[in-house]
Amino acid sequence: MTDQLTTGAPRPKPKERMKMPRQAMPSREPTLRAHDFGEVNLGLQPEGAHAESVRCLECAKPTCTHNCPVNIDVPEFVRLVLAGDYLGAAAKIREDNVLPAITGRVCPQEDQCEGACLLGKGKGGTPLAIGHLERFVADYERATGKVGLPHIPPPTGKKVAIVGSGPAGLSAAGDLVQRGHAVKVFEALHEIGGVLVYGIPEFRLPKQIVREEVDNMRLMGVDFETDVVVGRTVTVDELFNEEGYDAVFVATGAGLPRFLGVPGEHLNGVYSANEFLTRVNLMKAYRFPEYDEPVYDCRGKSVAVVGGGNTALDSIRTALRLGAREATLIYRRSDAEMPARAEEVHHAREEGIRFLTLTDPVEMLGNPDGSLRAVRCRRMELGEPDASGRRRPMPVEGSEFEVPLDLVIIAVGTGANPIVQSSTPGLATDRRGYIAADAETLRTSRRGVFAGGDIVTGAATVILAMAAGRKAAKSIHQYLEAGDWQEAASGS
Amino acid sequence: MFRILEAAFLAPDVKRFRIEAPRVARRRKAGQFVIIRLHDQGERIPLTIADADPATGSIVLIVQGIGKTTKLMNRLEAGDALLDLVGPLGQPSEVEHFGTVAVIGGGVGTAIAWPTAVAFKEAGNRVLSVIGGRTRELVILEEEMARVSDVLVVTTDDGSYGEQGLVTAALARLMTAEPVDRVLAIGPVPMMRAVAETTRPLGIKTIVSLNSVMVDGTGMCGGCRVLVGGESRFACVDGPEFDAHEVDFAVLQQRNAAYRKAEQSSLAAFLEHPEHDLSLAHAVGCQAQESKETRS
Repeated sequence: MTDQLTTGAPRPKPKERMKMPRQAMPSREPTLRAHDFGEVNLGLQPEGAHAESVRCLECAKPTCTHNCPVNIDVPEFVRLVLAGDYLGAAAKIREDNVLPAITGRVCPQEDQCEGACLLGKGKGGTPLAIGHLERFVADYERATGKVGLPHIPPPTGKKVAIVGSGPAGLSAAGDLVQRGHAVKVFEALHEIGGVLVYGIPEFRLPKQIVREEVDNMRLMGVDFETDVVVGRTVTVDELFNEEGYDAVFVATGAGLPRFLGVPGEHLNGVYSANEFLTRVNLMKAYRFPEYDEPVYDCRGKSVAVVGGGNTALDSIRTALRLGAREATLIYRRSDAEMPARAEEVHHAREEGIRFLTLTDPVEMLGNPDGSLRAVRCRRMELGEPDASGRRRPMPVEGSEFEVPLDLVIIAVGTGANPIVQSSTPGLATDRRGYIAADAETLRTSRRGVFAGGDIVTGAATVILAMAAGRKAAKSIHQYLEAGDWQEAASGS
Repeated sequence: MFRILEAAFLAPDVKRFRIEAPRVARRRKAGQFVIIRLHDQGERIPLTIADADPATGSIVLIVQGIGKTTKLMNRLEAGDALLDLVGPLGQPSEVEHFGTVAVIGGGVGTAIAWPTAVAFKEAGNRVLSVIGGRTRELVILEEEMARVSDVLVVTTDDGSYGEQGLVTAALARLMTAEPVDRVLAIGPVPMMRAVAETTRPLGIKTIVSLNSVMVDGTGMCGGCRVLVGGESRFACVDGPEFDAHEVDFAVLQQRNAAYRKAEQSSLAAFLEHPEHDLSLAHAVGCQAQESKETRS
């Protein structure tokens, strides 16, 4: 089949390529997918991937690569797709990104590689579908079972402990074993993957993919231990002094849910997005009673989420799939400021999620039995830009109204989980409680301790956490090579 | 996997387990808990660590069969294993030389209070204990409590053993007989609430251990949040022990009832057909046995 795709008509000139339409991601019918947890997107077929790869302008200075947090060589992998060498394309991506099947699904490409693509700059132009192509080659590789695992050099004799098995921890682990270091990843929960397994729903990222990627890492020699809360089960000091680790990378994520701080948040039927998603994703409450852990019974109920990020959309689309009669997203700014991926917003609208923007909850109202009855909200209008560069929402005087609701999920961000910081003497934090680490080397105030991902930056994206993991691996490697904390710092 | 080394009933459906968990045994302090999961389809539930022995790398859990998971666990024996066990979680009990301390344990709450009573005694306190149960056979750990108590009163609701009546009556009597500097009360929510009301007028600092619904146990989900002094606190990382006079027990009771329907249907289905879950749980033990043999 690939032969048919690669031979035939000569490749169109760049000017003509700019007029060629972008290949759309095939997806399941909204009316069908809104009732189950099967994946929404179906992935490109070889024909579509080929047609899309033809469009690449092969820029001499690829802005896509430059704008990718892990700097994937996009033109080269797309050229391999064009040549029909899908396994080669996947291997090319793996040089910079150990989890391509995952990032191909969850990256905000419109803000990164695709946002910088020249094809999207002209009038009516659409950027190259780099994310679709990444997913296509990663899935092709998975389907063939021929994952191009990188070469592992002989052991250096150095041991690195990684705290947290989310995207930052996994990507650091992948890079460190490739440099010959012994790596063990400690995970507090019972399953490996962090936010990839507890946070992102099955319909957006099938857990089987995470399991396969983790299995690949096991094949590369990464060791995992679940059920270990570093700071409680074992301390960072004990990892150094008693378990003989030479370096520790703290990648615990931003795990403390924020609530709104409005009256009535203790009512039954008020969830943090973390709790709602963890029950459904990690504990598989969507398969209750086959699985023991329950979640609020959404069937026939009116459900809302508060927030405008990916977590908010994941939560409300999950509630819809659990049988909610009405599913509403309440966001205090307007559509334009919503931080969620464009594709998720589009999918949510297709599925019938109602968007109540410029709306801010001020109180949760309960029934006499302590269950939620409604949320009192007020209208907002946008003022001058704030510190985030987005226009600041201002309450409209006298605009309060009630939204009758059975369940409300709070998805307004997370804070720093303090367990590692408070149990590690001398580990400096910033004023918000996140770990203070050098932006380039990810070194902390403690010798041999590095930190990266959400526990340093606050909640961000999977790919930014992975980029931090890579950075950490590089810096840890330098430290282990130098064997000296001071020297490694001046050498880098 | 975490192997069960010993298992024996203390009372009807109250079972004492010694479980291999070396990391937890080393670090655990009185008042802390673990979260366990029995098998691949199981829920995560918190259980207080009753005792620990770093030398043998084992901890003791005392389990009262109330819901599906605890009833399933109480059918496991030495040689079986738990799929997951994580801890020690939560803040340790605040233990100092307070002077005279009253320790109140209601039902299986006695198992949670016992390790802290031991720590109080070791810190040089005079320990007055009241342990109660609905009926004679539900009074547990009497001997263990007697060993660390200067005074021990046993009460039963039905008068079948010890004094007839509630633990609060016995506590009130102890407090009139001698000054008490601190009270620790652990048991059913109505009991803890009653103790709080008994000590409030006297201004005696009273601590309770809250059994709210948890998932991860590390502060990540916020499902265990309780209202303490008008503020939202997480029982898993800020607690489980809080000042009884600040706790909103009505909210605790309301939130603990959030999943009652699901819990009841799970329990009923399990009691009718326990085979499926038992086979899943036993399979964990077999795997633990195999991996032990490969290791050795």
